[in-house]
Amino acid sequence: MTTHTKGTGLKWVGRAIRRLEDPALITGQGRFTADLPAVHRVRFVRSSVAAGKIKKIAAPQDAMVITAADLRAVKKITPMLHKFNYKPVGQPVLGEGVVRFVGEPLAAVVAASEAAAEDIADLVDITIDETAPVIDARDALAPGAPQIHAEAPGNVILEGKFKSPEFDTVWKTAAKIIKLEARSHRQNATPMEARAGHAAYDAASGRVTLTCTTQMPHVMRTAIADMLDMREADLRVIAPDVGGGFGQKISLCAEYVVLVWLARKLKSSVAWTEDRRENLIAGFHSRDQYIALEGAFDKDAKLLALRADIATNIGAYSCFPTTCGVEPLMAMAEMPGPYDVKQYECLARGVITNTCTMAPYRGVSRPVITFTLERLMDKAASAFKIDPIDIRRRSLIGKFPYTSAMGLVYDEATYKETLEMAVKAIDVPAFRARQKAARTKGRHLGIGFATFSERTGYGSPAFAARGMEITPGWETVILTVDPSGFVEVRIGSSPHGQGLRTTLAQIIADEIGVTPDIIKVVHGDTDTSPYGWGTFASRSLVISGGATLIAAQKVRAKLIKIASHMLEAAPGDIVLADGAAKVAGTDRSISIAKMAREAYTQTHRFKGEIEPGMTETGTYDPPGTFSNACHVAIVEVDVETGHVTVEKFLVAEDAGRIINPMIADGQVHGGIAQGIGNALLEEIIYDESGGILTANLADYMPPTAHEIPDIELHHIETPSANSITKAKGLGEGGCIGAPAAVINAINDALTPFGVAIDEIPATPQRIRAALRAKEQAA
Amino acid sequence: MKPAAFIRHVPRTLDEALKILAQVAPQDGRILAGGQSLVPIMAFRLAKPAHLVDINEVEGLDHVASDGQILSIGARVRHAAFHKSVLDNPLGKLLAYVARHIAHYPIRMRGTFCGSLAHADPSAEWCLVAATLDATMVAKSTRGSRPIAAKDFFEGIMSTALAEDELLAEVHLPLLPADAKFGFNEFSRRAGDFAMAAALVTYRLANGKIADARVGVGGAEPAPRRIAQAEAALNGQAPSDKIFRAAAEAAAKAIDPLEDHQTTGEYRRDLVRAVVRRALEHSHP
Amino acid sequence: MSDKTAITLTINGHDHAIAVEPRRTLVDAIREDCGQTGTHIGCEHGICGACTVIVDGEPVRSCLMFAVQAAGKKIRTVEGLAKDDKLHPMQQAFMDHHGLQCGFCTPGFLMLAVGVLEREPDIGDDDLLDVLSSNLCRCTGYQNIIKAVRAAAKEMRGK
Repeated sequence: MTTHTKGTGLKWVGRAIRRLEDPALITGQGRFTADLPAVHRVRFVRSSVAAGKIKKIAAPQDAMVITAADLRAVKKITPMLHKFNYKPVGQPVLGEGVVRFVGEPLAAVVAASEAAAEDIADLVDITIDETAPVIDARDALAPGAPQIHAEAPGNVILEGKFKSPEFDTVWKTAAKIIKLEARSHRQNATPMEARAGHAAYDAASGRVTLTCTTQMPHVMRTAIADMLDMREADLRVIAPDVGGGFGQKISLCAEYVVLVWLARKLKSSVAWTEDRRENLIAGFHSRDQYIALEGAFDKDAKLLALRADIATNIGAYSCFPTTCGVEPLMAMAEMPGPYDVKQYECLARGVITNTCTMAPYRGVSRPVITFTLERLMDKAASAFKIDPIDIRRRSLIGKFPYTSAMGLVYDEATYKETLEMAVKAIDVPAFRARQKAARTKGRHLGIGFATFSERTGYGSPAFAARGMEITPGWETVILTVDPSGFVEVRIGSSPHGQGLRTTLAQIIADEIGVTPDIIKVVHGDTDTSPYGWGTFASRSLVISGGATLIAAQKVRAKLIKIASHMLEAAPGDIVLADGAAKVAGTDRSISIAKMAREAYTQTHRFKGEIEPGMTETGTYDPPGTFSNACHVAIVEVDVETGHVTVEKFLVAEDAGRIINPMIADGQVHGGIAQGIGNALLEEIIYDESGGILTANLADYMPPTAHEIPDIELHHIETPSANSITKAKGLGEGGCIGAPAAVINAINDALTPFGVAIDEIPATPQRIRAALRAKEQAA
Repeated sequence: MKPAAFIRHVPRTLDEALKILAQVAPQDGRILAGGQSLVPIMAFRLAKPAHLVDINEVEGLDHVASDGQILSIGARVRHAAFHKSVLDNPLGKLLAYVARHIAHYPIRMRGTFCGSLAHADPSAEWCLVAATLDATMVAKSTRGSRPIAAKDFFEGIMSTALAEDELLAEVHLPLLPADAKFGFNEFSRRAGDFAMAAALVTYRLANGKIADARVGVGGAEPAPRRIAQAEAALNGQAPSDKIFRAAAEAAAKAIDPLEDHQTTGEYRRDLVRAVVRRALEHSHP
Repeated sequence: MSDKTAITLTINGHDHAIAVEPRRTLVDAIREDCGQTGTHIGCEHGICGACTVIVDGEPVRSCLMFAVQAAGKKIRTVEGLAKDDKLHPMQQAFMDHHGLQCGFCTPGFLMLAVGVLEREPDIGDDDLLDVLSSNLCRCTGYQNIIKAVRAAAKEMRGK
């Protein structure tokens, strides 16, 4: 069920039109990277050892096997952060001298087929002198732990510190201090399409075209050209249809660099399609954090101060371009969440280990910090013997703009209103009655709430504030009405399932008075799209949408000027609608197609007053905005097996103006499903030697249709002044709130047993272990 | 994740299949039936058989037939054959009930009953059925045919009494008494996943008392088996919550639990306790 | 490595004469040898279902069959669902109910749902949920897929 609070008054924006992306995808005409034929296939030989010195890599006779020795001229992947005592470490594209995690690519085998390449890969003889690996962040921080990179003593790659000036004074005034030790285990974003790359050399131009499953094609081009000392013009990067990314496809893959190198060397085409095992082992991980959180509350249970100690396991290397700072620094900046808490102290460390490199995954840290903070709020409610809903009411931000302890400015939002909306819709008293009745029958139901903010659409200043060398904040859009009246929009964003072709078309359709079906959005090709930062961080609708609106406004102005000229009417009397310009109050009109044709072919008629053609550019670099939501989960815990069933999920969400409710709801649904998976099922498990025990989809468990309940959505639309389309982003929110709501619901269900589950995923083993410990103690 | 190369043999008759198997078995030859377990293992290159004897085109071996005493199931019979009851006996209903818990629909279209037994995954539902009902496996080779009792057949994790040149040509399941009740319960973290513990129970009521109780547990030990202690707790007793709990407790205690990185022995016992009791509580009809 | 076998795969009514090694999986043959790339590969170990196609009326994982085993059988893939530019009711329902986002798992879900509903048109909602839990989708959260398949089932039964 979905409810929306109000319309927009616009014709196309706000409507659940069907997606323009779908006809190709449902007929098998989508074009994904692995669909391309290639002369050569590549298989990477990966380290089966977590730590050690490479002694020998020997290829079978007559096989083409590339190692670091062949790639001496290739620069290392070395992302940079100019703050937080960041220690730049370099990652060779193929392991050189030292191996640092299981799955690290050590050699590339080139053969005529994938099977043949794998046959050869099995025969590559690698000798590594093993050294003791460090897998867990706490072990890596311990005195005397092996040093993984000489550049980062103590295995700390960055350290963020913050303390409000009045912190100590206020802390002392607290009526209660509530403490929580939260643990979030390691996860993999698991897009259904794993990574893939295809590099083809064109002899005529000397250029290489890299087609790959990236969320950031332009950044890939800049980075790879740098590393290979190429002119960027000689490299074209294409992101075709991409089968989900969720952040995993933001980061530069060492493998793609090798592919481009090989295409140039062989003057041919080479392709690598990552298999699922590789993806789970080496395709970037995330969410591996320890957070110790303390909250100081006054006697009325109002949150006064927060103190956080965050240790993020960033794996063996730092990811490019965001750097490994994304998790610890996001956690530090946004730990206070939706609460009015002016006093804050935080230590956030990025810790290097002998594990797969961490990279952004949908929500980046916020699923973890929201789970931690919302657990703390529930624990505090319990300590104060008040309702979990009530304790939130006392501390949620209610006045805007609000400036956080660290200086983040929160724009107009509805933290309290969405909470009340959710509380009303879920009918808490009815649930409590049902819970009570169920307990008498040995069934344990629980309800959990999560309120949170979702910072979206941040522009370049937000990234600059983190000290990032690359500040991926703005977007450019080039909008053309061609001589046939057809609209083509070239964007730097790189959508891969978000429906941006449809929502941008809706924005343009309203602005220039055409129908969305004559609008084509072109993206994901550095030859045809303007430079941009791709699609990530719930940014594209806000930033690319804003740039689109700016470009469309310019086209609108031009159309009005032309219509005014051709219809001999005052510009103020021209109305653009239904594919035509009309003179208000008359039957005089001219089609947009006709005007466009004249703009190209009859420019002499405009006497130099109007520039030829009909192409306009819009660029947008917004300050950033905050969406918000309240999530509610109702679960049943089977106390005999530890199994958790999510019975119902409800969301009250405010993402500003909703451009397409169908697409918006779909984003929330998908995020919640991932959040439920993160909360209950998904965990990358390393053994003590650094091997991965969850290298298949039976052991690493994304949820199936069975595990996802009915999801009820409610929206409030608070138009954002920080976004010119009034839309806020919402791609990550589902994922951010769901783990907290589910874990709180589990704890609510288990109240009679006096156990606390402060760990994600809350596996049945962990739940039973907690219950068993109580049973045995009793 | 491409399988290593192999030579495929496509016999048309059982004799031909056995002859080829006899030849290639010493050279790492294996039977390919439904392939739903073997092909994934080959994709991960955990198995690299040099020869596969594909029995999908062998005439016969596709029978599900009853002589009134036993149900014979041939080597090519797919899981999906049991989606609907195959005979008018509680056994048919039992098989239909269990079948829908096996993996997922598309897997059941291809995977075979006998292949599942020969693969002998500890958590396989058909292995549990065979162990609980004391099935007889009919192993054939060029050396002849021999019956193997279920209790002798399952030797450990993915390990059976089949010799390398033997094909599990047929399985014989004894029919259940007309008044038999059965219950099945399994625990997995996601729908369709391998069971972390499973229980199958059958019994009759004689004068209101449980008789001929069979309690099988799978997924909890290296191989599924009947748990005599649990059966003893049931036989001669009137069904009750107390008795079911006692039987479940006996089963939990009796097993030598499989452990792994996530799953302790204690947790496995918890699961066995739960699945046995639930199988007893929700018996059919 | 090993010798190739000449076979003919019949996909959506068209014969493809190809030569493959015995180890070639059906999905690889469909995609690489027959050029029908609408069927996708998601895991190659039978869990995700992205490669689901219909073989002789049965929805199966094409990563768990060898191409040589499908010779002479009727294979249906996503490319064959629409007839003369008229979408199959399942395709239409996926569009109408927003049952796809990135579209990578979609062909597998379409063939799974069509394959099962053609065999069991009157399948109940619970059993249908069991069926749909055969395949993985990472984008949609499944609710819209379930809605789409239920709507299409109704439409298919009506015909």
